[in-house]
Amino acid sequence: MDKLKIQNRLAKDKAMKLVVCLLAALTAVPLFAILGEVFLRGYDQLSWTFFTEPTPTAYRVMKAIENGEPIPGGIVNGIVGTMIMLAMAVVAVPLGILCGAFLAENSKSRFAKFVSYLTDLLQGTPSVIIGIVVYIWVVVPMKGYSAIAGSVALIIMMLPLIIRSTEETLKILPASLKEAGLALGGNRARVMLKVQLPAAFGGIFTGVLLAISRVIGETAPLMFTALGCSFVRYAIDKPISAVPLLIWEFFNDPNLQELIWGASLFLLLFVLTLNLTAKYFAKKWNQ
Amino acid sequence: MESVKPILEFKKTCVSYTKQTMAVKYVSAVIEPNTITAIMGPSGCGKSTLLRAVNLMHNLYPNIRVDGEILLNGENILSMEPIDVRRKVGMVFQRPAPFPTMSIYNNVLSGYSLNGIRLSKTEKDATVERCLKSVALWDEVKDVLNKKGTFLSGGQQQRLCIARALAMKPDVLLMDEPTSALDPIATAHIEELMQELQKEVTILIVTHNMGQAMRISSKSMFMYLGELVEYGDTETMFTNPIDERTKVYLTGKMG
Repeated sequence: MDKLKIQNRLAKDKAMKLVVCLLAALTAVPLFAILGEVFLRGYDQLSWTFFTEPTPTAYRVMKAIENGEPIPGGIVNGIVGTMIMLAMAVVAVPLGILCGAFLAENSKSRFAKFVSYLTDLLQGTPSVIIGIVVYIWVVVPMKGYSAIAGSVALIIMMLPLIIRSTEETLKILPASLKEAGLALGGNRARVMLKVQLPAAFGGIFTGVLLAISRVIGETAPLMFTALGCSFVRYAIDKPISAVPLLIWEFFNDPNLQELIWGASLFLLLFVLTLNLTAKYFAKKWNQ
Repeated sequence: MESVKPILEFKKTCVSYTKQTMAVKYVSAVIEPNTITAIMGPSGCGKSTLLRAVNLMHNLYPNIRVDGEILLNGENILSMEPIDVRRKVGMVFQRPAPFPTMSIYNNVLSGYSLNGIRLSKTEKDATVERCLKSVALWDEVKDVLNKKGTFLSGGQQQRLCIARALAMKPDVLLMDEPTSALDPIATAHIEELMQELQKEVTILIVTHNMGQAMRISSKSMFMYLGELVEYGDTETMFTNPIDERTKVYLTGKMG
């Protein structure tokens, strides 16, 4: 009787485990479907010239179509634009770390609680609204779209992510580390700079990578700020292209639709690589 | 008997975590230089709290109040700058906490870098060698000074932490159960080391281990519920305790 009961329970346990595993696998389906779709469609479009040439002119496209050749050109203008804006958005890293350190150290003060709440709100603000606000703040006074405006939008989007990851990482460090630093006579700033922040480097670095991978695919805020540009440009006060902007432009131009998938695949692989790197660092640092 | 000038003096020291409860109640005691004083008592009796008051660790937590006086060389530390106090009063924690991102070499010198004091290369080398030798770690690590301190064993890490504290040439060294996370061999090492160190520094050690207190200390405090019940020569306290509560604790019937 007892034996039967135990067998019964084990069988139920197994059945539940199977259900849970199936449901878990189900959630992975969309990811793999997207990866597969983009990969299959984009794979053919990737070539050397895809990464060395900018968006093709209408004339070149027409000629290619006339001759029955594949669509020429690539996305190098977008890649350069994205890199330039990201490079400028690095400003968000020290700002975010400082703010995160402040929040972690003063978690009980009212001001810190208020700032923490604002950070949450900022993180939840729709990116299109950040774009339109930066348009009013930067594009209008500068009398034109620019890479600067684009990176301001990206900075605003990256900040809450970096602040949070810094704060969380500092908070999980053992208190003994900070106390040991202070017990040696260090002031709080030095202990933060020489002991706590280095110890938290892994978590903060992971947060920065995730923040970059989060904004690298942002399209809406760049539409109001960077606008786009069909050739490679290094000026930061002029409109500039970005990979996600190109995808949108290709979609709107029936002649260029063949380039959509290559650009999408590039963006997807880039973000995946960043995410995997972030995961790797997080794991390495936790050991 | 000639009286020695005390290095540390508690005068009605009180520590409270909340308005209603006091964790340390009116402790008064005089500590003579170059002695080892063991602070004993059951868990929660306030011994760590008292110890942490000496290097103003409680200042980190705004809810904690410290009242009374604690005199270091005659000066009340409660009205001194924490940074100045902590340079004169080193601390070793229960769990060895070498700074994980620093090499062994830089760990020993961390007191200087955290105070923004620059040393020449020769001064640095000399300090590192002196301090690691005084904790008997030099021979074990002299070839791996540039490796991270976290690769060392627990006992070695704790000795590194002591070396780090000694590098600042403190007057007083506070040790909060420094061997409770270590195995017996590492513990024996540290105990032996403390005997040597008492020549240069006054040690206050919180310990749960009565055998340890007996082996290493010349004076002992017994605390109970925040009060300093008894304070005197270790030998006298262990053989002939005055207070009934001390007797009960020492015979293992409490704690």
